[in-house]
Amino acid sequence: MQRMPQWADVVLIPLISLLLAALLSALVILAIGENPWAALKLMVDGSMGSTYAWGYTLYYATNFIFTGLAVAIAIHARLFNIGGEGQAMLGGLGVALVALYIPWPHWTLAILGGAVGAALFGAAWAFIPAWLQAKRGSHIVITTIMFNFIAAALLNYLLIGALKPSGSMEPATGRFPEATHLPTFQDMFSTAETALFRGAPVNVSFFVALLACVAVWALIWRTRLGYEIRAFGQSESAAKYAGISPTRIIVVTMLMSGGLAGMMAINNVMGEAERLVLNAVEGAGFIGIAVALMGRSHPFGVLLAALLFGFLYQGGAELALWTSIPRELIVVIQALVILFTGALDNMVRMPLEAMFLRLRPAPKPARKTEPAE
Amino acid sequence: MTDQTPAIELKGISKAFGPVQANKDISIRVMPGTIHGIIGENGAGKSTLMSILYGFYKADAGEIFINGKHTEIPDSQAAIRAGIGMVFQHFKLVQNFSVLENVVLGAEDGALLRPSLAKARRELKALAAEYELNIDPDAKIEDIGVGMQQRVEILKALYRQADILILDEPTGVLTPAEADHLFRILKGLRDQGKTIILITHKLREIMEITDTVSVMRRGEMTATVKTAETSPPELAELMVGRKVLLQVEKAPATPGKTILEVENLRVIDSKGVERLRGIGLEIRAGEILGLAGVAGNGQSELLEVLGGYRKAEGRIRLNGEEIDLTGRKSDARTRRARGIAHVPEDRHHEGLILDFAAWENVAFGYHDKPEFNKGIFMDNAAIKADAAAKMERFDVRPPNPNLAAKNFSGGNQQKIVVAREIERNPDLLLIGQPTRGVDIGAIEFIHQQIVALRDMGKAVLLVSVELDEIMSLSDRIAVMFDGQIMGERVPSETDERELGLLMAGITDTDKPHSEAEIEANLARKRASAAKEA
Repeated sequence: MQRMPQWADVVLIPLISLLLAALLSALVILAIGENPWAALKLMVDGSMGSTYAWGYTLYYATNFIFTGLAVAIAIHARLFNIGGEGQAMLGGLGVALVALYIPWPHWTLAILGGAVGAALFGAAWAFIPAWLQAKRGSHIVITTIMFNFIAAALLNYLLIGALKPSGSMEPATGRFPEATHLPTFQDMFSTAETALFRGAPVNVSFFVALLACVAVWALIWRTRLGYEIRAFGQSESAAKYAGISPTRIIVVTMLMSGGLAGMMAINNVMGEAERLVLNAVEGAGFIGIAVALMGRSHPFGVLLAALLFGFLYQGGAELALWTSIPRELIVVIQALVILFTGALDNMVRMPLEAMFLRLRPAPKPARKTEPAE
Repeated sequence: MTDQTPAIELKGISKAFGPVQANKDISIRVMPGTIHGIIGENGAGKSTLMSILYGFYKADAGEIFINGKHTEIPDSQAAIRAGIGMVFQHFKLVQNFSVLENVVLGAEDGALLRPSLAKARRELKALAAEYELNIDPDAKIEDIGVGMQQRVEILKALYRQADILILDEPTGVLTPAEADHLFRILKGLRDQGKTIILITHKLREIMEITDTVSVMRRGEMTATVKTAETSPPELAELMVGRKVLLQVEKAPATPGKTILEVENLRVIDSKGVERLRGIGLEIRAGEILGLAGVAGNGQSELLEVLGGYRKAEGRIRLNGEEIDLTGRKSDARTRRARGIAHVPEDRHHEGLILDFAAWENVAFGYHDKPEFNKGIFMDNAAIKADAAAKMERFDVRPPNPNLAAKNFSGGNQQKIVVAREIERNPDLLLIGQPTRGVDIGAIEFIHQQIVALRDMGKAVLLVSVELDEIMSLSDRIAVMFDGQIMGERVPSETDERELGLLMAGITDTDKPHSEAEIEANLARKRASAAKEA
C-alpha cells in the first residue's frame, strides 16, 4: 500500500525540509542586519566555488561519513550510539600509536595499519557500553555519553603526559613520520600546469569513506549478520524466537559502530593533522547522529547528508571569516537543518502524502492478479 | 424488511488502496435496535468499511446516511458526534489508569478533572445499572481481565452517547465464558434500542446473536440475509465462494515411536513466579497432542521452553536424545537443527518481522541454512525463489514475496509462518493458536496441513484456547491449569463440560460442580499467583 512514490520520500521531503530551514535561517540573518542572499552566495562560493573550497567541504564530509555510518549501523539494531565522539577520539589514539611506533615503509600500508588501529580502538571503546547493555541492561545512550567524557579525560591525560614529546609545550603527539603521510587531493589530481585543491586537507581517506558506505550497505542488506541485525532491531522477541542471540547482535553491532567512528581518525589525524592533537574530533561524532538521522540510516543517505553538513561546516567557516555574522549563527543554521530534516519530518511528510493521495490516478477497475478458483 | 428508517445506510461505498479495491460499490442498511453481523474472510474489506464509517478513511465514492440523514464523516470525532462508537479488536486503554479515568479520557469537560470524574462516576453507575455492565470504576486496567477491559471499551462508547456500536472481532481474545457474557450484554443493549454491528469471522457467533447478517467477499457485499433463514454451511459458502469443510476430516491416528518426552519440567519466571510446575508429556510419531487451557496457565511458557528460548529445569528428550535446557546449546537455532519447528502463538511479535518483506520472513529462523547462503552473503535470489514457491503451495494472497509482512491479512500472515515451519519437514511441530485471527478458508487449510503432517508420521503439539479446535484436531487432549497438566483425555470419550472443569483445575470431573465452585477455584489460583508475585 504505497502512499507516495519512492522519489518523493527520498528526495522531495528532505529538499523541502532544507528549503524551510534555509528560509528560516535567512530570516535570522535578516534580523541581525545582514543580507541573507549575500550570505548564501558566500557560503556556496566558500564551500563549492573552487577546488580549494571543495577540498575543505569533502574533508569535513569524510569525517561525517564515518561517524554517520557508525550511528546508522547501530540504529539498524535499534541501538542509539551517542558515543561516536569518544570512539573517534580513541580512534585517533589508535592511529597515533600505529603511526608513531610502527615503522611503515609506504603510505598504502600505513593507511591500512592506521585504519585497523583506529577501528580496533574505537571498537574497544564501544565494547564496554555494549557489554553493559547486553548483560546488565544499562542503557546504551547513557553509557556511551559517559564514555565520551572518559575518552576526553583519557586523551587529555595522555597528551599532556606519555604521548607528548619531551620539551614540547603543546598537548599533542610529535609529528608522524613522513612515510605515514597520506596523499591529499592536491597530490593526486594536480597537474604540472594547474594546481588543484591547493592546500586543502581532503585526502585519500575520502575514498576509504566511500568504500565504507558500500561495505556497510552490503553488510546490512546482503549478509546474514545484517539480516540478523535488522531482525533484532525490528523485534527482539522475534529475534529470540528465531534463535538470534541478542547479546551477540548488540556486541557485534556496537563493535562495528565504534570501529567506524574510530576510522574517522585516518582522515583528521593521519590525513590532515599528521599528529594527534587535543580535541581533534571537533564534534564530528555528534554531527554523525544528525547525518544518520537525515540519511535515514541508509549508507547512501548518510553520504548525501554528510556532504550537506560538509557544505554547512565549510560555508559557515567562510561566513564567519568574511562577514560580521558570528560563528554561532552557523550552529543555529545547522540546528535548523537538523530540526527540519529530523525532528519535524512529519510536518512536511503529511501534507505531501495527502497531496499525492489526491493526485493519484483513479484505481484500475479490476485486480490483475486475481487467482483462479 | 420494514419501512423503518435504517440507523445506518451506506450507498455505493468504494475504496481503493493503490491497485487493491478494498470496497467495491457497497450498499447496506442496518435497522435500528438490531444486531447486524458482518462476516467475511480476512481481507474481505470488513474493517475498511467500518473504518470509513468511523472516519479513519475517506471513501472514494458513496454516501453515508445516519438515521436517514446524509452525513459526512471526515474523522472519528464526527463519527462520535453522529452517535457511532467503536470497540476495536485491540483495546485502546491506558494500562495504569483506572476504569473511570479511561472512560473520561478525551471526553473531559473543562480544565479541572474532578468535576468530570464525578459526573462520569454518576453516569457510569446509571449505565451499569441499565445494561448490566457491572464494573469497579476505580480498578486499574492492568489489574482487570480482558473481558472486563472490553466492557470498559463499551462503556467508553456509551458514555459518549453512542447509539450505534461497532465491535470488531470482539471475541478474539475472550474465553468461551467471557464471550457468553459479552453476548448477554450485547443482547441487553439491543433490547434497549441500541444498534450493534458485529464484525466477525466466526459463524457460531453470527448464528448465536445476530438478527441480520451481511457477507463480504473480496471487497464486495455478496449477500444480506436474516440470520434465522440461513445456516453455517450456506454462510461459509457465501464467504469463501465455494463449499467449505467445517469439520476436519481425518483418519484415526496410528501412533509410532515416541518423538518427544518431557519430564518434570519447571520454569520460574523473572518475577519468581513458578509458571510450570512439573510438566510431563509424551508425543508419538503420527499423533497430535492438543493442549487445552485458559490462556495464561503456562502454555506459552511450555512452548517457549520447547522452542528453545526460555530456560527450564527438568528433562526433555527428542527421539530419545537429551536436549540441553540451560547451556549454550539451549537456543532456538539448535532446536530447529534438531528437527523442532515452531509456529508461535503471537505471529506479530515472534513469528514475523512485520516490516520485512514476505520473502525475508519465509527464511526467518532458517536464514543460516546453506541453501540460503553464498559465502558471507545471503543468496537473496534463492530465498525469493523458495519463498515464492512456498507461498504458492500455501495459497498466500497476494502471492507477492516482495510485499511487507504487515500488508498481508492475518490469515495470510499465518499461512506464511505455517508454510515456513511445516515445509521444513520437522520431526516435531509446535503450533500455538494456529488460527487466532484467521479466517475460515485459511483455518480449513491450516488444519488440513497439520493433519497432513501427522499423517506423514510426525509429532504435533497443538496449543489452543479454542476448545473446538482442540476437540476436532487432537488425537489426545491434555488440559493445563496453573502450570500443571490436570489430566489427559481422548476426544471421543470426553466433552466440553469435562474439559471445562479440568481447565478450571477441578479433577474429579465425575461429580457435578456449580458455577460458583468453579469461579472460586479460579479466584484461588489468581490469589495465589498474586501472592507469589
